Amino acid sequence: MKTREEIFNILKQEFPQDVLEFQNIPTEPIITVNPLAIHRVCLFLRETAGLEFDTLMCLSGVDDANGEKTNDPDGSVTIKGGTLSVYYHLHSMKLDHKVTLRVSTPREDPEAESVESIWKCADWHEREAYDMIGIIFLHHPDLRRILMPYDWDAGYPLRKDYKNPEFYQGMKVPY
Amino acid sequence: MKSLLDQEFTDGNIVIAKTEDLLNWARLSSLWQLGFGLACCAIEMMATSASHYDFDRFGVIPRPSPRQADIIIISGTVTLKMATRIKRLFEQMPEPKYIISMGSCSNCGGPYWQHGYHVLKGIDRVIPVDVYVPGCPPRPEALLEGLLKLQEKVRNESLVKKTL
Amino acid sequence: MALKTEEMVLNMGPQHPSTHGVLRLEVELDGELIINVKPHIGYLHRCFEKHCEAMTYPQVIPYTDRLDYLSSMYNNFGYVVTMERFLGIQVPERVEYIRVIMGELQRIASHLIALGTYGLDIGAYTPFLYCFRDRETILSLFEMTCGARLLYNYMWVGGLSHDLHPDFVPKCREFLKVFKPNITELNNLLSYNKIFVERTANIGILPAETAINYGITGPMLRGSGVKWDLRKNDPYSIYDRFDFEIPVGTGAQGTLGDCWDRYFVRVREMEESVKIVEQALDQLPEGDINAAIPKRIKPPVGSIYGRVENPKGELGYFIMSDGSTNPFRVKLRGPSFVNMTVFGELCKGHLIADVIAILGSVDIVLGEVDR
Repeated sequence: MKTREEIFNILKQEFPQDVLEFQNIPTEPIITVNPLAIHRVCLFLRETAGLEFDTLMCLSGVDDANGEKTNDPDGSVTIKGGTLSVYYHLHSMKLDHKVTLRVSTPREDPEAESVESIWKCADWHEREAYDMIGIIFLHHPDLRRILMPYDWDAGYPLRKDYKNPEFYQGMKVPY
Repeated sequence: MKSLLDQEFTDGNIVIAKTEDLLNWARLSSLWQLGFGLACCAIEMMATSASHYDFDRFGVIPRPSPRQADIIIISGTVTLKMATRIKRLFEQMPEPKYIISMGSCSNCGGPYWQHGYHVLKGIDRVIPVDVYVPGCPPRPEALLEGLLKLQEKVRNESLVKKTL
Repeated sequence: MALKTEEMVLNMGPQHPSTHGVLRLEVELDGELIINVKPHIGYLHRCFEKHCEAMTYPQVIPYTDRLDYLSSMYNNFGYVVTMERFLGIQVPERVEYIRVIMGELQRIASHLIALGTYGLDIGAYTPFLYCFRDRETILSLFEMTCGARLLYNYMWVGGLSHDLHPDFVPKCREFLKVFKPNITELNNLLSYNKIFVERTANIGILPAETAINYGITGPMLRGSGVKWDLRKNDPYSIYDRFDFEIPVGTGAQGTLGDCWDRYFVRVREMEESVKIVEQALDQLPEGDINAAIPKRIKPPVGSIYGRVENPKGELGYFIMSDGSTNPFRVKLRGPSFVNMTVFGELCKGHLIADVIAILGSVDIVLGEVDR
């Protein structure tokens, strides 16, 4: 069993370029990783003896809403710039330790590597993050919308500046 | 008003009824339901047809195919993705057909009315509803009451002129 | 001359009596043999996560009820446990015990539905009625406590909405006494029934390695022989004080990790839950049912991932706070959602009728798959 700080140190040694920083927040320390290196880092975390992260507990897309906000006349908000993030919660059943990784991608060009080939359960989680936040996972075998209809063209609903359409297929959406 | 069918005849064997009443009575006593659940309310609908509440005694038997069904109970939240499918199911049912909207979600969006970007705010935006049963979820007794209300409606229907 | 054959695509659902809700399966068939199954979900996507962002922290609780509506109590439990860890609140002893009692009763109720409808799906009607009979007794216990049958909003951050009714403890003991022989009855009626065993043994085999890679949890993982239960392995609340077993699949009727194993793990879990409730009732202390918490709940800036063992598996809440009264982001890791990912893999090479047997053994609730 290793603490999160020890895991960060191992990662930093292995990937000095791609493992960016360690935020020691008391409720949940987070390791930030380069979005285009996340696949390599995760593979290392799973395969290395002494780490052996065999399960991905959760993968969440988050809109950080840290860009430039402009208020529109109809009361809604538009956000430009800033980042979209993905959080990975990993756990090792064998050694019983956990770690939280984060990748941050620019809002205008949100691309991260897929970890589907490492943990199969990432498949649907990543599709959901794509569906809800709009993060594109490179090398994902089947990146389609999962919860929203396939022909939904009004954007990504969990973005903070999402605007609901008035109609969908002739049905009124707002109350 | 009591129909002729409800009157008692002491010499047995004779039943006098208007054809309309007889037909309506037959129809309302065997309202076959489309076996189809959506969300939380579907569990209460299942509980209604299971041991304690016994939906069968009102002649409500779940049928898997819409072509054999008389009523459809919209039991739960209708999403935009599902609404078109429900409309299709409704269109596949033979006339006369009835709809019970069960629970707040299918009545008006329920707890999802404000921020539900993917929730249809009331099934009556897509198909016509006969009986609304309020509750989140309604108790089985409430659903039974809704069915009795529907039976009342069927009882008063006319074959010749459409009553509403 | 060779006969011309071609593959067929069969569409099951969203309206199908055995898909446990609104699930659409696109089944590619070669005759009766399944080549591939593509699940299409989202027909019950109710925007849970968007609602969380618009609500204050306590207001989220009623929405958690509606995720996995068969185990509402446990969804409340998971959320409040996570929130209390986030805020650093210690709740009174009595609250912990009542939560465990309610949680385990909910587990029994949820498994009863899983088992009853599983029987129904593959042709046994009577067990369904018997299971619902027992479930109604549990529901009346819940109703006595908090007034609702299905969606309770019972556990609050730092406490409970109501104390137990004075009649609760005797009524609950009475139920447990009646319920224990009913499990044997269910076993005789369904578990060892020849037809049932033929339909479920050696079907949908899930090896332990695949299960772990897919992140499968709950009875499905234990059915594959992995002894993993968060109540023991990552204890929360007061589960470390009770004496209970973790049942695992043994391959008694066929191969390890088949549908029958997953089914039987649930039956045995009900026995264990009865044990836990009995112990908790014996130890139930008197006391307060609410901890002193601030009127406006504002967790520190940061995030937390909390998980509990829901009747279906690992229920995780990832909560992010920006220091205001509303969550910045809540992501729910639903056990049904993750367990469903392996479904296509399980079905490959089986016959079309086995799809229903496998789906029933996965025990999904669409409210949580789609959120």
